[in-house]
Amino acid sequence: MLQLIADGLIVGSVISLGAIGVTMTYSILRFANFAHGELLTWGAYLALTFLGFFVALGGAGPMQPIGPFSFGWPLLAALAAAALMTALLALLVDWLLFERLRAHGTAIVLVIASFGAALAMRNLLQFIYGTLPDYYSREIQIAIRLVPRDVMGGMRITPDQLFVLALTAVTVVLLHLFLTYTTLGKAMRATAHNPALARLTGIDVRAVIRAAWIIGAVLAAIAGVFSGLTVQIRPGLGFDLLLPLFAAAILGGIGSVYGAVAGGLIVGLAESLSVPLFGAEYRAATAFLVLIAILLVRPTGLFGERS
Amino acid sequence: MADLIPILSYVTFFLCFAVIFAVMALGLNLQWGFTGLFNVGVAGFVAVGAYTSAILTAPPYPDSLGGFGLPVAAGWVGAMIMSGLVALVVGVAALRLRHDYLAITTFGVAVTLQLVALNARWLTGGPFGLQFIPKPFQDLLGTGLAWNMAYLAMSLAVLGLVYVALERLVKSPFGRVLRAIREDETAAEALGKRAFSFRLQSFVIGCMVMGLGGALYAHFVGYIAPEDFLPILTFQIWTMLIVGGSGNNRGAIAGALAVWLLWSLSGTVLRQIIPQSEQARGAALQIVLIGVILAAMLIWRPRGLVGEVIGTPAGKDEKGNTGKKA
Repeated sequence: MLQLIADGLIVGSVISLGAIGVTMTYSILRFANFAHGELLTWGAYLALTFLGFFVALGGAGPMQPIGPFSFGWPLLAALAAAALMTALLALLVDWLLFERLRAHGTAIVLVIASFGAALAMRNLLQFIYGTLPDYYSREIQIAIRLVPRDVMGGMRITPDQLFVLALTAVTVVLLHLFLTYTTLGKAMRATAHNPALARLTGIDVRAVIRAAWIIGAVLAAIAGVFSGLTVQIRPGLGFDLLLPLFAAAILGGIGSVYGAVAGGLIVGLAESLSVPLFGAEYRAATAFLVLIAILLVRPTGLFGERS
Repeated sequence: MADLIPILSYVTFFLCFAVIFAVMALGLNLQWGFTGLFNVGVAGFVAVGAYTSAILTAPPYPDSLGGFGLPVAAGWVGAMIMSGLVALVVGVAALRLRHDYLAITTFGVAVTLQLVALNARWLTGGPFGLQFIPKPFQDLLGTGLAWNMAYLAMSLAVLGLVYVALERLVKSPFGRVLRAIREDETAAEALGKRAFSFRLQSFVIGCMVMGLGGALYAHFVGYIAPEDFLPILTFQIWTMLIVGGSGNNRGAIAGALAVWLLWSLSGTVLRQIIPQSEQARGAALQIVLIGVILAAMLIWRPRGLVGEVIGTPAGKDEKGNTGKKA
């Protein structure tokens, strides 16, 4: 039981980070971005490429792990570089596709375009990297026993998983500070709330849109690397997470960053706890059940505003 | 003469698929083109139709449901009913809400149905799918070119029926309400039209047509498996509709033919130029190409090849004529 909760929270933190990006593009650009999952995949694979590059640059043979973790400094550097590149990728796709469609055409056309962009991005990645799964590190990790086996089945967790949980918490706090105290953060919240009014008060909506893409993509890259670190890196990584991301964003209430985090953790827990009930093969359908339930009961989400 | 036979069989085979895709694209056109409903679960509804028709008509399977041995026509009707029922459940849950919630929900349905197809062995045969799906009139015509041509004729007849039915539907007062809801829901509601009810009807009918398309597919190939109904199928049908021109049934058919031609040609070319060991990568490149075409059409020619004919004379509509010729 405790083990399932711990596993759920780890998956949930990956979903949370991705869902923040979904909810941001949804509230600021006003469309459901089906290509967001691919930003996670690209982030994970770009980090893999940078990792190879940095390790070769160091010239000291394979990556030396830090302390109990399976990875070393090169992976953290690769994560930063991949986040930057993923942000550039998001801006490129926006410039090539979404910006042109925003000019004329309705929000729903953007959804179709994002669906097309998702398949194109995933298959381009598959063309470049192939389809075989990969790993950042082949180090074998010993799980730490946090709770003994006789207390509710016990709980074991690897140092990498603890790292993912801690860094997710740090990221969310940083994002909270940014949105609450900086001018750009306040402008973003204003635009999400009422774009016409925000424009009238002199907010540069283009800058806000750029910021939303950059933040969404950076968080997506982090989530992708976390997923690669705790599970494995494969071309379907982001696409398979898309449904949980949407479920989390809607569960939390579109536009609410804290809602997305809470939604992500709940969906992660629900997925993990569903395994003993329905079996592992239907795990991916749990997010769908959560989604249907929230749409029927409270479509504005837990933290959403009533429209 | 001997050289002509392989070409003729290839053309028949190609056209059969084009016609089946055209049926699916017509279903999507009713939803998106005429009502503005965004369905990202096309592959799921097609799968429901394909599996239903297969189970109803196939011989007994050793370890999954089957052996009802109904005629193929009954399978087609069953496919439409089953897809319609699934659509009804989905529609009731999602159609009252914001537009893109339908997109997300239908996406979820397709993912879930894919899981069911893969794991519910007693129903769907699991990852190996269902085999020996009966091909109508096979005992008369054999398995060769003659049967393919006969099936092409049958599929064309189905396509014609669906086309005429949908044309009548969208030209009727019912169709005008759908377009009114698509353009301005508040105005339509103000005129006393219950938008939810009309949207639900359009969604269910569209999904029934997609299910019929799935059944046509199942009996043509004779074998279905979960990987026949991946999101890429949804994407192909969408591209066909956008390329052909949404809001125009002839456009949907033209788009199905054009995109399927492009898909087959690009596949052939890529197979020629990419070495055997890299075939999987070649297939990926093919999907990128179609994605780029979809995006380019949306940006530069959003009305598609044919596009919607706006402003048919009102007098003609009321007599039930099919509007402007040519």
